Amino acid sequence: MKEPLFSSRNIKLLSGPLNLNNPITVQILGICSALAVTVQMKPALVMALSVTVVTAFSNLIISSIRNTIPQRIRIIVQLVVVATLVIIVDQILKAFVYDVSKKLSVFVGLIITNCIVMGRLEAFAMAEKPWRSFLDGLGNGAGYGLILVAVSFLREFFGSGKIFGMQVVPRIMYENGYQDNGLMILPPMALITIGIIIWIQRSINRDLIDKS
Amino acid sequence: MFSNRYIFIYSTIIVAIVAVALTLIAVGLKPYQDNNIRIEKMQNILKSINVVATPKNAEALYKKYIVKTFTLNAQMKPVDVDAFSIDLAKEVKKTDISARLYPVYIACLDNGDSSYIFPLRGQGLWGPVWGYVALKNDFNTVLGVMFDHKGETPGLGAEIATETFQAQFFGKQIFDEQGNYRSIRVLKGGAKPDDVHGVDGISGGTITSRGVDKMIFEGLKAYLPYINYRKKI
Repeated sequence: MKEPLFSSRNIKLLSGPLNLNNPITVQILGICSALAVTVQMKPALVMALSVTVVTAFSNLIISSIRNTIPQRIRIIVQLVVVATLVIIVDQILKAFVYDVSKKLSVFVGLIITNCIVMGRLEAFAMAEKPWRSFLDGLGNGAGYGLILVAVSFLREFFGSGKIFGMQVVPRIMYENGYQDNGLMILPPMALITIGIIIWIQRSINRDLIDKS
Repeated sequence: MFSNRYIFIYSTIIVAIVAVALTLIAVGLKPYQDNNIRIEKMQNILKSINVVATPKNAEALYKKYIVKTFTLNAQMKPVDVDAFSIDLAKEVKKTDISARLYPVYIACLDNGDSSYIFPLRGQGLWGPVWGYVALKNDFNTVLGVMFDHKGETPGLGAEIATETFQAQFFGKQIFDEQGNYRSIRVLKGGAKPDDVHGVDGISGGTITSRGVDKMIFEGLKAYLPYINYRKKI
């Protein structure tokens, strides 16, 4: 029997990583780049899109050729596919959003080593059909992106009073003694912000709390 | 189980496909990337004369302000090379110093004065640092500067690329009253308030500060024959 493209089982692949199976807050993967690129919203959003594209398409490609990949060199094949996609993304960013690509600098290249990408390939794409793998990649990329955008929103808003580079904290606030919190711009606050998000998430979904 | 033969053929084919795909993409996107680099260079040059340009208006503003460019050889004689196309990274790598080329940009400011922009390149802590120094038409006073870097530490050495650091250079002088070349020193521990030849170095960015210091000193020194010649007339 043929399953519809967006059956509830497939939708779950998309929605799961957004909350209960989030790669950053639940699986604690991809933290490094989440700390580094969340000072401002624009680079964070571009990074989120890049990772989503890479996970989705590497999942799709690997899943399509999964039966031809020799077990002994499967990691190498996965890496070649991921690296190719990352280079393509990097080249496109350099050509069309140069200023953002400069801000992201090495972190686009480091998507290759992002645990989320390899993790999904090994855990999902090697065993599942292409369409389901593609959705799984999209979902995990989006779950990663969601946290990145949330963290960068808090950091940019409290750290520089801006959202997407636009001043949102009115001048009158500064004149009356309001100051941007310089600490928000520094990497440690990203870690603390993610920690707070994890705390809130686990207070709401108590199943996530480690029983031991 | 797959045979060794299969594995070899499989990897060869995969690599070949990837190589072709990447080559096509790289060649196809090269013109756009080169254009981005060109526009960034224009923005940087404009920043040294305190004109802030966006990627969109950089080309128009560059045309408006930069009225003339020329290239000098190591003997400070003009040579027929397009100044804008010179890659300073390649010039400073030339082991034969007498073969180096030195570009100069001349800007016409809003008040009608001309300004002379000299590109510089040096070494920071983790990688190259570079910049532009714009001198007023007395060939002594700094109109503005622009510095950037490849990979200095954010919050420490990377501070050289900030407005706060660069604003210190406004109005500083590269010659003392006797006409001796003093450059502009980036001083650890800070410059005295009345020091016209020094600016404050960056706390925690000592090696980058030293790199910038050396870059300005050596960079402008190479242009000295030209600068001295122009000062006299």
